[in-house]
Amino acid sequence: MPVTTEQVLAWLQRSAAILHEHRDYLTQLDSPIGDADHGVNMDRGFTAVMDKLPGVADKDAGTILKTVGTTLVSTVGGASGPLYGTAFLRAGMALAGKFELQDSDVMAALQAALEGIIARGKAKPGEKTMVDALHPAIQTFKAALETGEPLKAALAKATESAEQGMKATIPMLATKGRASYLGERSIGHQDPGATSSWLFLRAMGG
Amino acid sequence: MIPVAVSLVIVSHSCKLAEGVAELAAQMAGEKTIIATAGGAADGSLGTSVDKVLQALARAESADGVLVLVDLGSAGMAVEMALESLSAEQRERVQVSSAPLVEGAIIAAVEASIGRSLKEVAEAAANAQTLNKFPER
Repeated sequence: MPVTTEQVLAWLQRSAAILHEHRDYLTQLDSPIGDADHGVNMDRGFTAVMDKLPGVADKDAGTILKTVGTTLVSTVGGASGPLYGTAFLRAGMALAGKFELQDSDVMAALQAALEGIIARGKAKPGEKTMVDALHPAIQTFKAALETGEPLKAALAKATESAEQGMKATIPMLATKGRASYLGERSIGHQDPGATSSWLFLRAMGG
Repeated sequence: MIPVAVSLVIVSHSCKLAEGVAELAAQMAGEKTIIATAGGAADGSLGTSVDKVLQALARAESADGVLVLVDLGSAGMAVEMALESLSAEQRERVQVSSAPLVEGAIIAAVEASIGRSLKEVAEAAANAQTLNKFPER
């Protein structure tokens, strides 16, 4: 069964709800190693996205995701605006014109999103960023699809990998973003960006 | 000879910081150098805004080029995103500097005001990296 645009819209709505619910948690994570705005920024961005979605609800998945990207870029003031903005824009490009998504389309969109974040932030795995949740998640997702698992099971496994990747950021030394200014003091804290990335995947599984 | 007029764009997470840096730089630059600012997020809170960067680039548009100076992290990303939405021809006239914001802006303002080319202004600003604030007496 292909994924419909209704399901894409439902995922975005769940993402908005989850980000809203975790707003204070994300901001708390961002306080010791960042500028304490990640939760507020993501919530503000997705509140704006929710306002924009009705206008593109009848459009293809590519247009929907590109609209999310441009909205995040113009409403999220922190680094997560350009980073997630680029991720959604690239995922949107990968799905241009599509109303029904095969598993391979979902894979292509996730891959494009990750590549967008890497290109924008110039981060590699192991630097205490979103990449540490997304990279293992997408590897797992790909491997699961290749062994013939259904989409839902593959997404559940990817979400688990993202969670492990997120937790693995705790002992890491940050070398990208605001946390890098803290040097060794960034060790021992979970990365807020990796956490919001995990939340997006969790919303997909719902 | 037509005088060269490079303009500057100051991008900061803080509106006050961007305006303060522009104020300091303008004191050195004289009136013909345009110094545009993109300070704060879209709603004025601390952050950066791609739209504000685009607006500042439009205000600073110069046939001789624009040097963009940034404060921290995501300011650079916002500038990158803004540049991607310009035409190739517009983009060619913009350079982004990795110089420290205050010193870089002041050096760039001085160089721009004496009619240096974009390349020269950018190189001078880049040298601010190694500027010693406490030279040995």
